Amino acid sequence: MNGLGFFVRRLGQAILTLLGVILLVFVLFNWVGGDPATILAGKMASAQDIANVRHQLGTDRPLWEQGLIFLRQVLTGNYGNSWATQEPVADIFRSRLGPSLTLLIPMLLLETGVAVTVALLVAALRGSWFDRGVRVVSTVAMSVSLLVYILVGQYVFAYLWGWFPVKGWSDSWRLNLTTYAVLPILLGLLVSIAPSIRLYRSFLLEEIQQDFVRTARAKGLSEMRILFVHVLRNAAIPIVTNVLMGLPGLLTGAFLLERFFAIPGIGREIILAVERSDFPLIKATTVYVAMATLLVNFVGDLMYRWLDPRVRLE
Amino acid sequence: MSQPILSPVHYSPGLWRLAAQRLWSDAIGRYSFLVVAGYLLVVVAVLFGWVAQDWDREVAVNYAPPSGWVTAANRVVVPPSTLVVSGPVPLYGWTDPLEPQWSQAQTYARTASREAPHYLLTLPFGADKWGRDVGKKLLKGTQTSVWVGLVSALVATLLGTFLGALAGYYGRWTDDALNGLYGVLTAIPYLLLVFAVAAVFQQKGVGTLILILGLTGWTGVFRLVRAEYFKHRSREYVLAAGALGASHGRRIWIHILPNVSHIVLVQFSQNLVGFIKSEVILSFLGFGVPVSSVSWGSMLNEAQNELILGKWWQLAVTAVAMAIFVTAVSLLTDAMRDALDPRLRQ
Repeated sequence: MNGLGFFVRRLGQAILTLLGVILLVFVLFNWVGGDPATILAGKMASAQDIANVRHQLGTDRPLWEQGLIFLRQVLTGNYGNSWATQEPVADIFRSRLGPSLTLLIPMLLLETGVAVTVALLVAALRGSWFDRGVRVVSTVAMSVSLLVYILVGQYVFAYLWGWFPVKGWSDSWRLNLTTYAVLPILLGLLVSIAPSIRLYRSFLLEEIQQDFVRTARAKGLSEMRILFVHVLRNAAIPIVTNVLMGLPGLLTGAFLLERFFAIPGIGREIILAVERSDFPLIKATTVYVAMATLLVNFVGDLMYRWLDPRVRLE
Repeated sequence: MSQPILSPVHYSPGLWRLAAQRLWSDAIGRYSFLVVAGYLLVVVAVLFGWVAQDWDREVAVNYAPPSGWVTAANRVVVPPSTLVVSGPVPLYGWTDPLEPQWSQAQTYARTASREAPHYLLTLPFGADKWGRDVGKKLLKGTQTSVWVGLVSALVATLLGTFLGALAGYYGRWTDDALNGLYGVLTAIPYLLLVFAVAAVFQQKGVGTLILILGLTGWTGVFRLVRAEYFKHRSREYVLAAGALGASHGRRIWIHILPNVSHIVLVQFSQNLVGFIKSEVILSFLGFGVPVSSVSWGSMLNEAQNELILGKWWQLAVTAVAMAIFVTAVSLLTDAMRDALDPRLRQ
């Protein structure tokens, strides 16, 4: 019974928050952003042209009417056409999602695996030269801008040494995964792995100092088993939370990676949309990503119970 | 902060003095503080126009490579282009409508030729595509980026502290409303939120950047300050202040705030790093500083094309300057946290 009440309350909260996001997006784009018609009509537009564009966009209607239209768009999932290309926004999403996922799913899996393993080793060997080395390297690695990694990586590995294609994409996902996505994935890992290791290390350290670890050692269990079974299971909640928090990012893609490597994903599309003042696309993305975030948080709450029976859902 | 009264018998230094002592006795804290102070000095010097005012002057040949000392032999004199026409142009009875402007241009050309421009062949930090000194650009770019980071971190911290204090202290519907706003803003990934706001503000510039980053970045401060006020509002000293007749405002800002200010300070420096990274990305993509200005982001943007030509110096100089600053602020943040709250130290 308790679980059901929790479920309903969280669902209500999520729906309220989503309404808030819709309101925020509406206020931003229809009220603050106002009227991009003067930009979209071009440089030599007459008053007549601007009025025409305004009429096409629907920005000449009263605000409450625009609000209703937007609400209907959210409910039906039909956000109309892109202002820049006249392509339906839904089609843009459908065609750009694949490349983004091809890039980001392997990245998420690799990052989690590598970061957890390194963090375990570092936590087990805390205070040793290995621990200090990893700490120094990851502090330095975190201080360098993502832009610099991409610029230098693309130049050295792809352009100078020719190990990878400089940029590009194909229609076959197998080819993409083995050729075009490799360098972006590696560079993305380089950037995201240092903060994850630091974070996971602190989670794991907290568990390693607990009494149950000493008990497990006293029982004569192997260090491997203690680390990967006992400690990891207990530190699972914060780690899973962190991974889950990264999931909605899949929808927006890695903006910069997609832009630099000419990967036709959602992140690149958003940057283009910001450049072109293509409001429908940005509005749709923001609402979709917020939906995904709320859903993930919701699922996460339920998963905690499964991971750790001690957690009470309240 | 009022200074504690120092007497030889009862010497009891305050929180800030103790924290400053602890910070200074920690080698990492001391050095990172000095580095950050150095950067702030650059910001002040450029803001007041003491250095790098002429960063956009062409002083060298295109892409002059970096090299140690600039000597006299290092200059190249570029012959001024002459606008003198060899002979009279037949006008077929028409009067030349541009005659006044043309003769003026020729006069300019003649006076200019007297002081033939000489360009440097090398500079300590090299030159960019237009022959501008990368060293001076770096100073100016540092000022822009750090300034944007500082002011927007200030805006975000003030906003987050203000709202967090209200939510945490009053609870009830104030908390529900503000927490709802927090939930809405955090439901959108940070960079996407920044892009969305950047798309709405059509005007580029430092002011817009500060507004974008400040208005979207206060959520972290809000969460922590709110939690602290929750804890503090029912502590004895606050209850005592209430019993003595202190108003809510006085209890919030005079009594509790000094007790949570160390958290605010640490959040401020954490935001500083985050905002500078965001500014660099925004400026790189062209949503940040206008073309007439320069920041770390716009320098990296230029470096992107220069790298293909093998002109690495602008990229290297910018990347190193940024990395040093970010590292120093991160280390200083950690050191400050240790100094202000020794219990956290592991």
